[in-house]
Amino acid sequence: MTQVENRPRTGTSGPVVGRPIDRVDGVAKTTGAARYSAEYPYADIAHAALVHANVTRARITAVDTAAASAVRGVLAVITHLNAPPMKPARPVNLVNLSTLASGSSVNYLNTDEVHWNGQPVAVVVAETLDAAEEAAALVAVSYEELPATVDFGAQEPHATPQKSTAISSGGATKGDAEAALAAAPVSVDLRFTTPGHHHNALEPHATTAAWDGDRLVVHEGAQNVAWVRDQLAWKFDVPPAGIRVIAPYVGGAFGGKTMIWPGTILTVLAARVTGRPVRMMLTREGVYRAVGGRTPSTQRVALGADADGSMTALIHTSVTQIGRVGGGPEQVTSQSRHLYDAENILVQQNQVTLDALSNTAMRAPGESIGTFALEAAVDELAYELGIDPIELRMRNEPARNPIDGKRFAHRALREAYARGAELFGWSDRTPQPGSMRDGRWLVGMGVASAYHPSWQFQANVTVRLAADGTVLVRCGFHEMGMGGATAQAQIAADALGVPFESVRVEYGDTTLPTGPGAGGSGQTASVAASVVAACEKVQRTVLALATGSKDSPLRGQRLADLRARDGGLYRTDDTRGESYAAILGRAGRVSVDAAVGSDTRLGGIVGQMRFLSKFLLDNRRWVKAASGAQFCEVRVDPDTGEVRVSRWLGVFDVGTVINAKTASSQLRGGIVMGLGMALGEETLVDPRTGRIMNANLSDYHVPVHADVPPIEVHYLDEPDPTMPLGLIGVGEVGITGVAAAVANAVHHATGRRVRDLPITLDKLL
Amino acid sequence: MKAFAYVSAPDVATAVRAIATEPRAKFIGGGTNLVDLMREDIERPDTVVDISGIALTGVEELAGGGVRIGAMVRNSHLAAHPLIRSRYPVLAQAILAGASGQLRNMATVGGNILQRTRCPYFYDRAAACNKREPGSGCDAFGGFTRNHAVLGGSESCIAAHPSDMCVALAALDAVVEVESVRGVRRIPLVEFHRLPGATPHVETDIAADELITAVELPALPVATTSRYRKVRDRASYAFALVSVAAALEVQHGTVATVRLALGGVGAKPWRAHEAERLLLGAAPTEESFRRAAAAELAPAVAQPHNAFKIELAERTIVATLAQLLAAGGAA
Repeated sequence: MTQVENRPRTGTSGPVVGRPIDRVDGVAKTTGAARYSAEYPYADIAHAALVHANVTRARITAVDTAAASAVRGVLAVITHLNAPPMKPARPVNLVNLSTLASGSSVNYLNTDEVHWNGQPVAVVVAETLDAAEEAAALVAVSYEELPATVDFGAQEPHATPQKSTAISSGGATKGDAEAALAAAPVSVDLRFTTPGHHHNALEPHATTAAWDGDRLVVHEGAQNVAWVRDQLAWKFDVPPAGIRVIAPYVGGAFGGKTMIWPGTILTVLAARVTGRPVRMMLTREGVYRAVGGRTPSTQRVALGADADGSMTALIHTSVTQIGRVGGGPEQVTSQSRHLYDAENILVQQNQVTLDALSNTAMRAPGESIGTFALEAAVDELAYELGIDPIELRMRNEPARNPIDGKRFAHRALREAYARGAELFGWSDRTPQPGSMRDGRWLVGMGVASAYHPSWQFQANVTVRLAADGTVLVRCGFHEMGMGGATAQAQIAADALGVPFESVRVEYGDTTLPTGPGAGGSGQTASVAASVVAACEKVQRTVLALATGSKDSPLRGQRLADLRARDGGLYRTDDTRGESYAAILGRAGRVSVDAAVGSDTRLGGIVGQMRFLSKFLLDNRRWVKAASGAQFCEVRVDPDTGEVRVSRWLGVFDVGTVINAKTASSQLRGGIVMGLGMALGEETLVDPRTGRIMNANLSDYHVPVHADVPPIEVHYLDEPDPTMPLGLIGVGEVGITGVAAAVANAVHHATGRRVRDLPITLDKLL
Repeated sequence: MKAFAYVSAPDVATAVRAIATEPRAKFIGGGTNLVDLMREDIERPDTVVDISGIALTGVEELAGGGVRIGAMVRNSHLAAHPLIRSRYPVLAQAILAGASGQLRNMATVGGNILQRTRCPYFYDRAAACNKREPGSGCDAFGGFTRNHAVLGGSESCIAAHPSDMCVALAALDAVVEVESVRGVRRIPLVEFHRLPGATPHVETDIAADELITAVELPALPVATTSRYRKVRDRASYAFALVSVAAALEVQHGTVATVRLALGGVGAKPWRAHEAERLLLGAAPTEESFRRAAAAELAPAVAQPHNAFKIELAERTIVATLAQLLAAGGAA
């Protein structure tokens, strides 16, 4: 299916899943009516600003707050010398996954220790934002500096292997890949590097916090409102039930709003200290200093093949960074267990620990940079072999999961490449590097595979069918711009056979049934599973009401023999049936309600255990993933080495597409972010000081409009039989493979292999 | 940002009087650079004298074919002006290659000339910077120097001048007019900016109490065949790694007139006098373009991250001249 951006029809009829319906919050967002976390009005709101350490490891020896306190309008200058105590970061405990969400182990403003360059060491609260910022600049902090380890490149030789756990695997082997590589008639053995990246969501991290006794309301652009609630309850030692976290709109997050970072905690602290509602939005620089980013990496990919292209060896190892105060391994080699049918495989991830802020999730953590190295190496092998890069992939397309022989839940990469090659005009490509030109420009075409595992989490949902035929779906999931409420309304509308416009979805609030976090591309599928189950419960109740009446044409019917359509239940044999309104009206019911999952303490634990056991069981049975074929065309200026991406086409196997418009937007967004990774984005950490030197949008180069070509997105639209409604998440797969497709196209244009991202023009001179 | 007093000046006389009595005052026009610097605590004026209401907004033809541009003319207005587009296309192109539409709508001609470097160590108060704090040292040495100068730097400072517009003005022999309570001065653009030497905090020839009132472009027929080529790290909204402003006229098989200036590589907008000298009278061949470019870049001093700029500048000069030649530089 190709997305068609038509206007929605008002008054939909018939099934709506798959249709490119305009997002339900579109008008609110484009008119400014949608309220983001820093936009909630409070009568006596105060404003906060952070003071960041400008040294890496140190002890604070003195803080002079006199000048800051003297600024008119300043309410409080909070430092480790006067901050009330908070509990130290919560230990991790797998029965409660919210314990994973502490951004770092530092107890901010309860310690004189500095652990990274940029750690907040004070927060200023004032009547106005201007006063808070002016005063923050006047806080003078003295340090005793301590030795620090900040240079990723220098630490690489000291990397240690990642240990495997039940939920993440650090390495795997099949056969003897090194021996097979040495014996292979054709091989490549390559080193790739990718730099650190930082989050640049349109909405910087923002918090508005208001205490009332021990009760707290927090407006926080978050990817997991329940985790924010639980972490804050722990830090401030108050009952979680007294904390309400509200986040109906999140202005982009991409992984950066999953953990609870110091800005959130210190806003809540500032509100506690001043007794006022407090708002703080991080500055753009503040996001770089106080929110984690993507780890840099070095990677080795070595491939061996027979002369016919059959892979005999695949080795993929990586080194990434974690912070001494937090962060974790990234699954850089994940896709290399699944993409190629190599006889011998070795994958291993390794880490170094630096005095830096925790690394954190950033769109397809692991696979985004892992697919760069793997898919660029496969292209190099294709050239060594003299085989077309798509043909080489097809010759090595596995029937079962290469590393362990498990079944694929669904796999259609072959079809994705076939479709993409035809639509893109791959056959027009002449393989010789430098052989295609457009006037002065060198033209290159490249491909790469996209791959991202599909996840499914626990989602508590309630569905209410009212006697007037309207439906209310409630679930504390998250809308970061992907169109979650629209997709779930489509799913509920079809499940109950009501018009799309009759469904309202409530989300982004801890007073709702606990939803999944928005992460791992798993939110839509997770919520969908529970919405479908809840809708079925509703129908069973409705049917019971109907069969209780001798007047109902549904008397004696089973749900399996009925179809939900036209606002009611109808027999499939003779089309007789009844509207929900008729059934509920006759039964004297205002509504029928159903719940999936429970938010009691016991229910929470049961749900968590159910999730973990399903996760482990599924993992044993199947390999589930989204995949795709990325096609890129570049033009390179032969004089200056400037690369311009001139055309993009992606064909994705993401199962059932719920909304062809919002799904395409998400995939396009992933591709655009991938272009940033390929060509511009690079966090510059000064190796002398550990300080980020390009903490702004001027020097950290995300793509601008002029860098983004027309992007065509296509789907195979075949359901994954193991997923709810057959859908696989689309949030992350779009970015994977992009940097490799660009690098491969650049090689085709110029004959130059750039294995160190970003591909800047100096590497092509 | 530090709190400051605000004064609005309706005319030049009021403006220069206001600043004459306020030693820590700054003029503000479009504010596109000054406000950034104030927010970053790099500039900390006690008083801001708002000159945005002064009617220095004309673009007028001078007797003899030159053009006089008021200092308050917005960048986007200037780039779109028919006189500029027809007689000095290099200037229109240079302006449009810089910043973003929104910034160009605000930024003034006078402010553009006075904009300060984007060296990240200048902007970061945690770093040593001789320009920001004279004598404190320079953390750019040994740091990230991709955007730094290879020409005109010193042991004190290797910051590059960021303007695109000034590169075109340097090529066009522009003259800057400044005014203070002491009177009016005219300074050639190529002498307006200073090389850092041992005093990188002294960036221009203008005194603290002087206001730029106009820029004058002389009549320059060769400029109708002129071009601005900007090479940068993304397609738009990035400072130049290398830029070239060039005008070329060929008569009877030799270069009769040439103007050449470079951006992104110099501690100031870099008029390529040596290259011009070699090109004048030479055959307009790629070989002579290359020789001239190499001679201009010969004194270049590179840092680990910007050594590529030397070759990039040479290539861009050659390519730009070749394109001008192909576009009708030959009469």
